Amino acid sequence: MTKRVAIVGIGTTGFRATTPDVSYRELTYEAAMKAYLDAGIEPKDVDSFVSTAEDFFEGYSIADEYSPDQLGAVLKPIYTVPGDFIHSLASAYMMILSGIGPISVVQGLSKASNMLTLSEMVTFAMDPIYNRPLKESPHAVAGLEMARFMYETGTTREQIAQVVVKNRRNALTNPYAGHGVLVDIDYVLNSEVVSYPLTQMDIAPHSDGAVVVVLAEEETAKALTDKPIWIRGIGWCSDTPGLETRNWGEAVYAQIAAEMAYKMAGIRYPRKEIDFAEVNDEFSYKELQHLEAMRIFRKGEAGAFTAMGGTEINGEFPVNPSGGCLGVGNLYELNGGLKVLEVVRQLRGEAGKNQIKNVTTGLAQSWRGIPTATGTVVILSN
Amino acid sequence: MEITDKMVAKTATKLSAEDIQKGKVLSVKWTPNLKYAWDNGPALGRYLAELKNGRIIAKKCNKCHRILIPPRMFCELCWVPTGEWVYVKDTGIVNTWVISYVDWKAGRLDIKGGVRPFTPAVIEIDGATKGMGILHLLNEVDPWKIYRGMRVKAVWKPPEERIGAITDIKYFKPVE
Ligand SMILES: [Zn+2]
Repeated sequence: MTKRVAIVGIGTTGFRATTPDVSYRELTYEAAMKAYLDAGIEPKDVDSFVSTAEDFFEGYSIADEYSPDQLGAVLKPIYTVPGDFIHSLASAYMMILSGIGPISVVQGLSKASNMLTLSEMVTFAMDPIYNRPLKESPHAVAGLEMARFMYETGTTREQIAQVVVKNRRNALTNPYAGHGVLVDIDYVLNSEVVSYPLTQMDIAPHSDGAVVVVLAEEETAKALTDKPIWIRGIGWCSDTPGLETRNWGEAVYAQIAAEMAYKMAGIRYPRKEIDFAEVNDEFSYKELQHLEAMRIFRKGEAGAFTAMGGTEINGEFPVNPSGGCLGVGNLYELNGGLKVLEVVRQLRGEAGKNQIKNVTTGLAQSWRGIPTATGTVVILSN
Repeated sequence: MEITDKMVAKTATKLSAEDIQKGKVLSVKWTPNLKYAWDNGPALGRYLAELKNGRIIAKKCNKCHRILIPPRMFCELCWVPTGEWVYVKDTGIVNTWVISYVDWKAGRLDIKGGVRPFTPAVIEIDGATKGMGILHLLNEVDPWKIYRGMRVKAVWKPPEERIGAITDIKYFKPVE
């Protein structure tokens, strides 16, 4: 039988639109200090570290070299994953399973406010021969996908707008969230058009912040904490990068990543066996598309269920109780970190006003954003 | 299957430099517009502000007692917040140096034409813990007469030209 691994410590700075008072170093240092305190360890106890960074987002090439100091990882085993935070979590999980040592640490950071030409950085991720000469906005890619998703599922703009209303309201009672606000469906529908059907309010505003998570193998985990949060299943998957050939209606990457995690966790009926989910909602429709891809809802049902309040904190299947990317902020490579953080807080019963009652299993899902078709999923239980 | 010259001649299109220069071949030019405004934070921010004042500041770790330069808010080895700010001198000794015949874009310098080679050096700053210092440039010295342990001093830009950057120090030069 595979060794069991648990999350035994979490730390975060919280998330705000700007963080002008600190550099990325102090941001990670604060999150790491809190995570180590939470786990009752010191950096010297850690056997391996995994950080998460994208060179173009940091503005350095080989940005991974700037990771060790603020994690307490100088002259220790460390490497960087240029992907989503949950990719890094998978890496740290595998290091424990492979016997590197009983404790590993995962770090992620967003200094999105420091990227002045964000849109052009994302455009630079598009294929230079096929796509870039057309000079499409990255948001056009999201609009294309939203239109196809609506067509295939019959989901309405009103149903999608309800995702925005819910998530930004949830963020108001999450002290870590930076973009909480009370708005109604009309406000979302009438906000400035970006790439129709996508409006400004359908797009998650960005945030800065850091998350550090400590993982430990079963015996160590039980010695360190009364509230270990077990990793039951983890998965990741990438579709073809081709904007020409990918499936625009369904998030197949999320489906396959989820099935990988379900299989590992022994989950057959996700809707019944999972209590709530934190899913990537960098664009409002993505929440619904991801939920359907992961078999939480049947195709075309997530929108109606959301419109009826079924995904509210006190609903039948709560989704993004943290406020999600829409309410907390788009954190780029840290988006998966926000999701894991919230699932752990919920499962520990530490989510404050946003606490869901009687939860034992939660799902955290992320996506690497435009123009990618890469997704990650982790299933956690208390 | 072995690919022979004959097969290449039959199937391949040969390109000349001219074809490329004249744009007969599809080429994509893209200048990425990547702009950042990095938040310095308290340690780097104060370091740069003090350079503008013509001073070098460090921070002390109260656990390992190192005087850390550049200053930082936490000691990366002890994993504790650092303590008091400490002004250090603008003098020091050469730890290691190089005589560089190429510039930072790897272009050749016209050394024979009389251009002085670049002489980057790591300067261990007086007042900081041994081994800690500044990577900077040496000048007003014959490159071939630099030696390990040579005493040097910062040559500052005039106050009105300083902007709070590492280049507020023009270079280090030998002191007797
Ligand atoms: Zn120290």
